[in-house]
Amino acid sequence: MQTVFERPQSLKDVPSHFCPGCHHGLIHRLVAQNLDRLGLQQQTIGVASVGCSVFLYAYLDVDVIESPHGRAPAVATGAKRVQSDKFVFTYQGDGDLAAIGTSEIIHAANRGEAFSVLFVNNTTYGMTGGQMAPTTLLGQESATSPGGRSAERDGHPIRMAELLAQLDGVAYSTRVAVDSPQHVRQADKAIEKAFRLQRDEGRFAFVEILSTCPTNWGMDPRRANARVAEEMIPCFPLGIFKDTQSQEGNQ
Amino acid sequence: MSQSTPARVFLKGNEAVCYGAIEAGCRYYFGYPITPQSEIPALMSSELPKHGGQFLQAESEVASINMLLGASACGARAMTSSSSPGISLKQEGISYLAGSELPGLIVNISRSGPGLGGIDASQADYFQAVKGGGHGDYRMIVLAPHSVQEMYDLTMHAFDLSDRYRMPAMLLGDSLVGQMKEAIELRPRPEVELPAKDWIVTGKGGREEQRIVKSLFLGDGELEAHNRHLQAKAQALRANEVMAEEVALEDAELVLVAFGAAARIAKTAVRMAREAGLKVGMLRPITLFPFPEQHLARLAETARRFLCIELNTGQMVEDVRLAVNGRREVHFYGRPPGTGSLPTPEELYEQIRESY
Repeated sequence: MQTVFERPQSLKDVPSHFCPGCHHGLIHRLVAQNLDRLGLQQQTIGVASVGCSVFLYAYLDVDVIESPHGRAPAVATGAKRVQSDKFVFTYQGDGDLAAIGTSEIIHAANRGEAFSVLFVNNTTYGMTGGQMAPTTLLGQESATSPGGRSAERDGHPIRMAELLAQLDGVAYSTRVAVDSPQHVRQADKAIEKAFRLQRDEGRFAFVEILSTCPTNWGMDPRRANARVAEEMIPCFPLGIFKDTQSQEGNQ
Repeated sequence: MSQSTPARVFLKGNEAVCYGAIEAGCRYYFGYPITPQSEIPALMSSELPKHGGQFLQAESEVASINMLLGASACGARAMTSSSSPGISLKQEGISYLAGSELPGLIVNISRSGPGLGGIDASQADYFQAVKGGGHGDYRMIVLAPHSVQEMYDLTMHAFDLSDRYRMPAMLLGDSLVGQMKEAIELRPRPEVELPAKDWIVTGKGGREEQRIVKSLFLGDGELEAHNRHLQAKAQALRANEVMAEEVALEDAELVLVAFGAAARIAKTAVRMAREAGLKVGMLRPITLFPFPEQHLARLAETARRFLCIELNTGQMVEDVRLAVNGRREVHFYGRPPGTGSLPTPEELYEQIRESY
């Protein structure tokens, strides 16, 4: 019998605690298969953030530092400066990276720190119960935006991949989604590219991944998945916003 | 350094901290500018690269303490320094260092507050340093130098204690000891045995088990056990690591208690009192945590009265009262900080006479 699909070595064989339909498990798998593909598992230090993704170490079989809310880029800066020959990545949600940790991500990116950032954008604070995030769409109802997010009261959704693309320290900034097989393959390639940029050139790369939170969106998994294409991508366009290796890639 | 004859040099307190840190093996500094500790990042930025280390000016106090967290988790001796308002911002990270059992040195060349306050010598951060400061049930090693020599020596000692107990350490100075210049000896790093850092994250590198540095414990009983473990370390510090200077205590009827800059001034007042024939001595806590409570309890058996001197309106005096436990009177004299409010030896001598 020929094996055509198996669990990556970097991914543990354990039951998941994530809600049905949540994309974290899928993104964890993409991370793990890229660590395997690039031969990085034994030299990787993951930096977990606060929120649903804090249990990174429960699923990925790599060394992990847990960081305070939003501070993963600062923790990763200290880690990578000490162990510059290791592979370091942060895994952060939108409340973490685009709200409380805005300062840390912008300055780590601007310094061009030699680590990779995976930014899971599901337009809400998942673990605390579905409050409004900086990425919450206009009109989106949340625990703290009853009646929908209002631009006048709450401001507009922040587009982090575009924002960070402006900074000279960034080698690669892209936005992908994991709502369809085609998008999953694109996301896989984006993560691989980001990881290669660190491994081979010591460059900072940023991958924003649009994903679902069916529980807090109040949707079944299929409807939540459809929402990514119907509502999120129009606000958060997929694409490469900076690629220092390819001038054509820059938009 | 490591030469047999210590170099004798004329340094500012803040500069002595830097040379102490480098001699102790610190190779990473993360910080953000604030007065009156600016000499520390400035000197580190020029000195650390000479020793193969790195200086990084962070975008904020919050970022700098978390850079320290990452560096410490990866096994480095690392430090940050700041002054009172900046230390408030670092408290989140200090709590995480404590919860994650990470060593690291935080230097607080404290200034006056609350709020922006001023840059005068102040001891208004005593509560914040020894009672937690950040959230959660934790203790931190706190050392209080009162001279430039101690700024150097205690910086090295703080790193060793911090590694031994896997606990953050604070060097609590103030603008008086930070800014004044004295001749000191740059002594070689003391030889001490420290436990191997078999917990740091390095990438698995063929290891069977992954290593995780964390402070989140959600399983039944896990967090309680973790907190009891943290408290057991604090208890071991209380039993083994208390440091205090005793000044003219053998027959003292009145015992002054003061630390840091206040103790320097008080020492002169004690000498004046002795010259006037008063039986006055002083206990100077060098470790503020662990606090010399046993020293004070013993002194309460013989002395008649205690007088606590602080550059604030009364913080350490609460710990002095707890240690004396109602057996003797504890008087207090303090001045809240501000330009021109540093007490003179004559002023403290008057207080001694009143309390005697």
